[in-house]
Amino acid sequence: MTDRLRFASTDRYIAARDLEVAVNAAIALARPLLVKGEPGTGKTVLAEEVARALRLPLIQWHIKSTTKAAQGLYEYDAVARLRDGQLGDAKVHDIANYIKRGKLWDAFVADTPVVLLIDEIDKADIEFPNDLLLELDRMEFFVYETKETIVAKRRPIVIITSNNEKELPDAFLRRCFFHYIRFPDKETMERIVAAQHPNIKQELVREALHLFYDMREVPGLKKKPATSELLDWLKLLMIEDIPLEVLRAKDPKVVIPPLHGALLKNEQDVHLFERVAFLARRGQ
Amino acid sequence: MFAGFVNALRNEGVKVSLLEYLTLLNGLKAQVALFDVEDFYFLARASLVKDERLIDRFDRVFALYFRGLQAVHGAILADIPEEWLKQLAERFLTEEERAAIERLGGLEKLLETLRQRLMEQQGRHEGGSKWIGTAGTSPFGAYGDNPEGVRIGQASSRRRSAVKVWDKREFRDLDGEVELGTRTLKLALRRLRRWAREGEASELDLSGTIHATAANGGCLDLQMRPERHNKVKVLLLLDIGGSMDDYIEESAQLFSAARAEFKHLETFYFHNCPYESLWRNNRRRHDQVTPTLEMMNTYGPDWKLIFVGDATMSPYEITEPGGSVEHWNAEAGTVWMARLLKRFRNAIWINPRDPRAWEGTSSARLMRQLIEGRMYPLTLDGLEAGLKELQRGRR
Repeated sequence: MTDRLRFASTDRYIAARDLEVAVNAAIALARPLLVKGEPGTGKTVLAEEVARALRLPLIQWHIKSTTKAAQGLYEYDAVARLRDGQLGDAKVHDIANYIKRGKLWDAFVADTPVVLLIDEIDKADIEFPNDLLLELDRMEFFVYETKETIVAKRRPIVIITSNNEKELPDAFLRRCFFHYIRFPDKETMERIVAAQHPNIKQELVREALHLFYDMREVPGLKKKPATSELLDWLKLLMIEDIPLEVLRAKDPKVVIPPLHGALLKNEQDVHLFERVAFLARRGQ
Repeated sequence: MFAGFVNALRNEGVKVSLLEYLTLLNGLKAQVALFDVEDFYFLARASLVKDERLIDRFDRVFALYFRGLQAVHGAILADIPEEWLKQLAERFLTEEERAAIERLGGLEKLLETLRQRLMEQQGRHEGGSKWIGTAGTSPFGAYGDNPEGVRIGQASSRRRSAVKVWDKREFRDLDGEVELGTRTLKLALRRLRRWAREGEASELDLSGTIHATAANGGCLDLQMRPERHNKVKVLLLLDIGGSMDDYIEESAQLFSAARAEFKHLETFYFHNCPYESLWRNNRRRHDQVTPTLEMMNTYGPDWKLIFVGDATMSPYEITEPGGSVEHWNAEAGTVWMARLLKRFRNAIWINPRDPRAWEGTSSARLMRQLIEGRMYPLTLDGLEAGLKELQRGRR
């Protein structure tokens, strides 16, 4: 059944053709898709949109630095069992009462295929991906406490995101499809903006994009503004109803674009930008 | 089916495994990419390349490999009945032009030569006057200005643009071999972080012990775990001034990257080659110096030493006493280098210049010998190799 599913850009999410192909390959072969890219280019949103487009439920597993691979499968709450044992609770005789299902378990036993998002896998310990190798490859695992094997009824569509904080092991990579989301060009960006803010004034978008790409060009910014920042900024511009002229202003006094707080997230960057903008304007 | 392609990729350093190759074939079988070379390219990329730094290399191989196929396609087109060509020639060519064709030996000869060159030609070609390619004066290829030109590959623009996606090489600045940019530097920085977190000592895992004890029904079960070391100590020695001016920005980037990643990081400056004194603050280099010996006594042998410098100077600045350009040094640079390396066994030299220029500079060669070959370029790959070397540790 899964091979009938096909993903394409939706009215809300603009995916480049290469991303569509990668997602479809992952769906067709039921292998995980690893997505990398600059922060804010829509890696996590991708999973949500794939689920929405295919009308499948989405199970999200957000990884933290303390997350263990086994937590995705199940957890054995031994402390609760010890407590129950001391209180003489009858529950204590069945170990299954203390097994807590993890996200992978949920994804495996779901009746329909699901989209499973493993978000920011690079945040976890370096051995984390290795510990999930077999589980993601064969889509099954063994529960030692109850001696049962959990096999996926329907192989879920697994989407994994990474911010490149850690190198992922080769053996893991070989089992995935890989896609690197590049920063969209102006044209694609206009389509993305149109999808997100349908009634925004064309002119405003063009001027704003212009400013935005200029800003990304400023050398030495600690955190370059990305798509998500742009969308936030546009939303703010619309709410505040900033007139077009302000964006175009070449007045040296107004060197910094209005509401820049949405774009630059760090005061050093703001200072740097002010300096660069000031110099540039003075040169004109 | 594409075994040759996979081999070409492996030769270029994109280590494609059998599993990935099979995945690609399965993807084709599952009809993910149908009759569309661009989709095929995307599918191949998603299944064979797992590192954005290698995508540019993949693009190059793809272009080379499948450009070849396109040329073959052109040769088939060139096999259309010669009468047609002759008719066309008679209709569109002037007397002079036809005479020009005769110079090459007529149409038969033209096509014959074409076939030969298609067989000889190895890769993609632009300009020039013999090979098939674009924008040249050769009789073969597109957009040329030879009156006898045979157009090859014009049929390829059936999609929106004639430039192929893989020819755009949009992932060029992610290649590990190019120099560090702002983005790639962040990656290198991450690598430093991973490196800083490894350790081997053991400590008591308290929560693990509680869990294991509980799981054990209340009998004590001690759990140990490796200690998390985030305490790698790094001594950074930066060359500044003179020939390093061109690389100041890169070095400063590396410096700020390193600062964020290590708890113990000490920075000293030197000029060209370390001698008996170093300084901590470049602005006050003349009135606030730290004797090198004092520095060596302050920091133990467990500190890792990273030199950053272009190692470009006159050789005697390294080998001779009094060779320094700034002051009189009683002992030669070699002596001081040897002392430093004896004290700090884990040391590397990062050189922002292009490695190809090292061999041509005798001081760089010399310095590289002094540091036993542990000189690395300031690129992502170079940094990685250097850090691996540091991590390995010499005792």
